Amino acid sequence: MSKMASLNKRTNVELDRSVLERRLEPKKFFLQWEWLLVAILVVILIVNGSVSDYFRGTQILDATMNFMDKGFMVLAMVFVILLGEIDISIGSTAALCSVIMAVAYNAGMPMELSLVLCLAVGLGCGYVNGILVAKYKEVPSMIITLATMTIYRGIAYIILEDQASGGFPDWFQYLSWGYVGPIPFSLLMFIVLAVIFGLLLHKSAFGRQIYAMGNNETTSRYSGIKVDRNKIIVFTLMGLMAGVCALFLTSRMASTRPNVAQGYELDVIAMVVLGGVSTAGGKGNMPGAILAVFIVGYLRYGLGLINISAQVMMIIIGLLLIGSVLASNFLLNRPKALPKK
Amino acid sequence: MKASANTLEKNKTKKTFRELGLLVFLIVLCVIFQAINPTFFTWENLADMLRNTSILAILAVGMMMVMVTGGIDLSVGAIVALAGMVSALTVQYVPQLPAFIAILIGMGVGLGCGAVNGVLVAKGRIIPIIATLGMMNVFRGLTYLISGSKWVSAHQMSDGFKSIATGGIGPINTLIIIAVIVVLIFYYFLNYNRTGRYIYAVGSNPESAVITGIKKDRILIMSYTLLGLLAGLAGVLWVSKFASAQGDTATGYEMNVIAACVLGGVSVSGGTGKVGGLLLGVLLLGVLQNALPLINVSTFWEDFIQGIIILVAILLNISVKRRADKNALKRREI
Repeated sequence: MSKMASLNKRTNVELDRSVLERRLEPKKFFLQWEWLLVAILVVILIVNGSVSDYFRGTQILDATMNFMDKGFMVLAMVFVILLGEIDISIGSTAALCSVIMAVAYNAGMPMELSLVLCLAVGLGCGYVNGILVAKYKEVPSMIITLATMTIYRGIAYIILEDQASGGFPDWFQYLSWGYVGPIPFSLLMFIVLAVIFGLLLHKSAFGRQIYAMGNNETTSRYSGIKVDRNKIIVFTLMGLMAGVCALFLTSRMASTRPNVAQGYELDVIAMVVLGGVSTAGGKGNMPGAILAVFIVGYLRYGLGLINISAQVMMIIIGLLLIGSVLASNFLLNRPKALPKK
Repeated sequence: MKASANTLEKNKTKKTFRELGLLVFLIVLCVIFQAINPTFFTWENLADMLRNTSILAILAVGMMMVMVTGGIDLSVGAIVALAGMVSALTVQYVPQLPAFIAILIGMGVGLGCGAVNGVLVAKGRIIPIIATLGMMNVFRGLTYLISGSKWVSAHQMSDGFKSIATGGIGPINTLIIIAVIVVLIFYYFLNYNRTGRYIYAVGSNPESAVITGIKKDRILIMSYTLLGLLAGLAGVLWVSKFASAQGDTATGYEMNVIAACVLGGVSVSGGTGKVGGLLLGVLLLGVLQNALPLINVSTFWEDFIQGIIILVAILLNISVKRRADKNALKRREI
């Protein structure tokens, strides 16, 4: 009995706090974290430009080709993390999509249909994740996607064993190497999708429901939000974007192996968190995450320009991730990202 | 009072039931493997299997402790690599170094790494998955950096260092002995030591743990540090066993460790997890890894089969628990 009472008390306090925050926070919050990110991005661009003669004009746009594939997954991962969930199977999903697309094409399927198949596989993988996460609430999504991560990658290995597959038609390379005017096609595609995802999150009822669910799933359920359905949609979207990532990644490399996109999940999560999305759920926004994509991307690119080795880059990215969370915890006085029970 | 004692008893039977289920599953699996390939149940093969599983067992015990606090550590694979690399490099430059000092060096490195994780989680208030994800990159990068992306291979290591993993007392391999000692120490620590019990208290209800006067931050830092220590030990054993230290040693191994914990009934939300169950989880993974090649399953199928078994085990566990809860609800007098 007393346990119930204390539980009630706690949820009430939490509710009060989140209502207060919603009233006070938005402007302050928009003016802080995102501007800091913009400042970091500008600094990185200036430093890049001053250390290398190759970082001029259109080259700045061309550089995006190197990291846009991860950017697509970031868009959907924002939704997943806003729910307070996580999906670590996306790298494996992308690998499976890519492998199935290549095998289907080489088995005589037209390339256009293979592209659709690639997206469909991603959609299916995400849907399975969503169903499992929604139906088995007792298991954290981290564990479920840990299992499906092994399974999806396992299927990719069963299909292609240790072979590589490729031989795509020339026009397929357009996806990641083509231009529309001076703008790389992949960047344009990313901007279009970013706008769509941004509108979906910030201007649609669905997006508001995601925030509500991330703040308090139980109250959301009782206020009539179809919690399970939304969760399944979000995870399916995540799978679909992993499929999109697979398209661009495969196009960039012109061939595929079962071990592509290994560790992508961690990079993507790092970008989302750097963008100010709290892993406890319910806090964060799309512009921040998009800025983080460019920060991490340009940082990697710039470090590459001045011949910083990939190893040091790993260290820098890791420190950046931790530093950004520490900064948001202590300097900016944002609500602390406490572990979720 | 009486009611609570009753539920306590019921919980106890439920948990033993769960472990029993896992044990039966394991035995059935072994019987099937034995029926397909009779060399499975030979002394050599079993010893081989235990030897290969011992490093996993050492890491899993530490991971369980961290998961009991409600945390997780994604950086264990990277700590294994870093500690292994540091000790291997030391041995390369000082070949006459006694083996146990190499082990101590590796454990020291692991201790430091774990302490950093612990401080970030407890004092920095970064949620564990993000903190250890970041440190994973840092540790892995450091491993490449100090080795200059080169390997330390067998001929650069002293015989004494390599014999850590090949030697043994009587017929029993050193790795198995070390794993057994570690498991026994932690069994005692987690069940019969006051500080060990505090870990469970912090994990099952952090607020009341703090109110009771438990220094939560200290317990958290200790858990991560101890896991780091074990990962350091595992790193030296790993390098000694494979007689090579590489930058990409144990990449992704944290997922195996977490899978073993989850199979063994350790809850990711904290507060639950027993050494007995954990060992069954570790053995299950070990048996799978050992027996699948024996029954002529292609290596390319291993990931898939392992993933399916983990998923099925988790979902079965939940279904059984749900049914048990439903029955308990039915029996309750209102």
